[in-house]
Amino acid sequence: MPCTFLRSLIVAAGTCASLAWAGEDNIRLKEGPGREIVETRCVSCHSLDYIEMNSPILDRKGWEASVGKMVRIMGARIDEAEVQAIVDYLTTQYGK
Amino acid sequence: MNETRRRLILAMAGSAGLSQAPGALADRGIGPAGLPDGALDSSEYDTLPGKQPLIKRSWRPPNFETPVRNFNDPYTPNDAFFVRYHLAGVPEIDASTWRLRIGGDAAGTPLELSLAELQSGYPQVEFAALCLCSGNRRGLSKPHVPGIQWGHGAMGNALWKGVRLKDVLARAGITGRAVEVAFDGADTAPIDATPDFVKSLPAWKAMDENTLIAWEMNGEPLPHWNGYPVRLVVPGWTATYWMKHLTGIDVRSTPSTGFWTAQAYRIPKGRFPVVDRFVSQESETTTPITEMVTNSLITNIRDQGIYRAKTPLFVRGVAWDGGYGVDRVEVSIDGGRLWQAGALGEDLGRFSWRQWSFAFNPEPGEHVLMARATNRIGVTQTFDLVFNPAGYHNNVVQRVRIRC
Repeated sequence: MPCTFLRSLIVAAGTCASLAWAGEDNIRLKEGPGREIVETRCVSCHSLDYIEMNSPILDRKGWEASVGKMVRIMGARIDEAEVQAIVDYLTTQYGK
Repeated sequence: MNETRRRLILAMAGSAGLSQAPGALADRGIGPAGLPDGALDSSEYDTLPGKQPLIKRSWRPPNFETPVRNFNDPYTPNDAFFVRYHLAGVPEIDASTWRLRIGGDAAGTPLELSLAELQSGYPQVEFAALCLCSGNRRGLSKPHVPGIQWGHGAMGNALWKGVRLKDVLARAGITGRAVEVAFDGADTAPIDATPDFVKSLPAWKAMDENTLIAWEMNGEPLPHWNGYPVRLVVPGWTATYWMKHLTGIDVRSTPSTGFWTAQAYRIPKGRFPVVDRFVSQESETTTPITEMVTNSLITNIRDQGIYRAKTPLFVRGVAWDGGYGVDRVEVSIDGGRLWQAGALGEDLGRFSWRQWSFAFNPEPGEHVLMARATNRIGVTQTFDLVFNPAGYHNNVVQRVRIRC
């Protein structure tokens, strides 16, 4: 749960994380199918500016590789259908 | 963009004593031109506690870049020093309870040290060294590659004070069986399944007299965001090895198999003019990144800037390498046809960057400024990017276009 995670981060890091939280809160991803799932899954481990920053430089294959790395190496718990929806969203909204 | 932010950006973009070019607001002072559009759009000046406003590339984990104007000083101020984390759990450490554990199957006498024991138990040393992220300038890769889209500012030069790692390893009874020494910091990932950020060094590099366990930076305790209370300093090698918030040292008779050493931070074998090898981690095609490549940066002239003709223009910059020392910096004002010697600044030690300068009277018109460093073993910079999938070791000679 992202909110629980952020709360624990704030407790752990004192005032530091609360500022990060405020800044991160201003990030608005583009509207489009799949946005909600991106916002709930990806945000568990990193702020969503990672997506904006890496655009528009990746094609579908590139986003598949990035999302695949998050699942296979970074251990993100995202099922196959969700992976597909996330890759579709990123390719459409933030693809090359 | 609100007015406060616009003013802040303008203030940040200005270079002291130089005229403001029209491009300043366009690139919002967070360039350089050539970064992905999304990186330029999503970056902004923001302030982490204890830091000046820096260029935010990502909030969580925090990745903040130093504005290039700070590189006109020989030492990068602690509050302007870049911030780079892989994992979002940034630890808040109480130095009075902090402990460093040294063990492993190639350590005969494992030990645990408090900060006081570390500081009082071994000879202290202090020297200057450049700390440079492997991926500095990744954002300028052609084609672009995924990752933190750094410009020029994922680096900083500082005085580091600490004790020699080799003295501590000797106390821990390092044996002849040691192949690698692995370092763990207190940072954590939000989910358990993510590989912990652990980095290995070859045993010979760990035993190098210049590899330090450091607690001081520019005469002050390490900033929170730069590894408080203790970090590793591996002069000459890229910052991926400079483990922050150091808590564990594992003296190993076998190569590390962890993701961050065995799979990440890799360069294609044989493509870069580097000397140091990390043999126990080499594969058929790739090898871990090791020392920094020879490189330079013009620090006080802005690309697309407008400067006064027929008035002396002082070009300043820094140059560095993997620890052999900078031998010379040559400057071109005509896009690389003619090269002239730049004046080197004070030698702050072979692991430090070297400041340099060059003055000329520009004729009216357009000029392309370039700088090229060569180190003491004759290795220089490249004009053509050596492409690699992670965007490391970008030492392409810069082209700074000005109008006079």
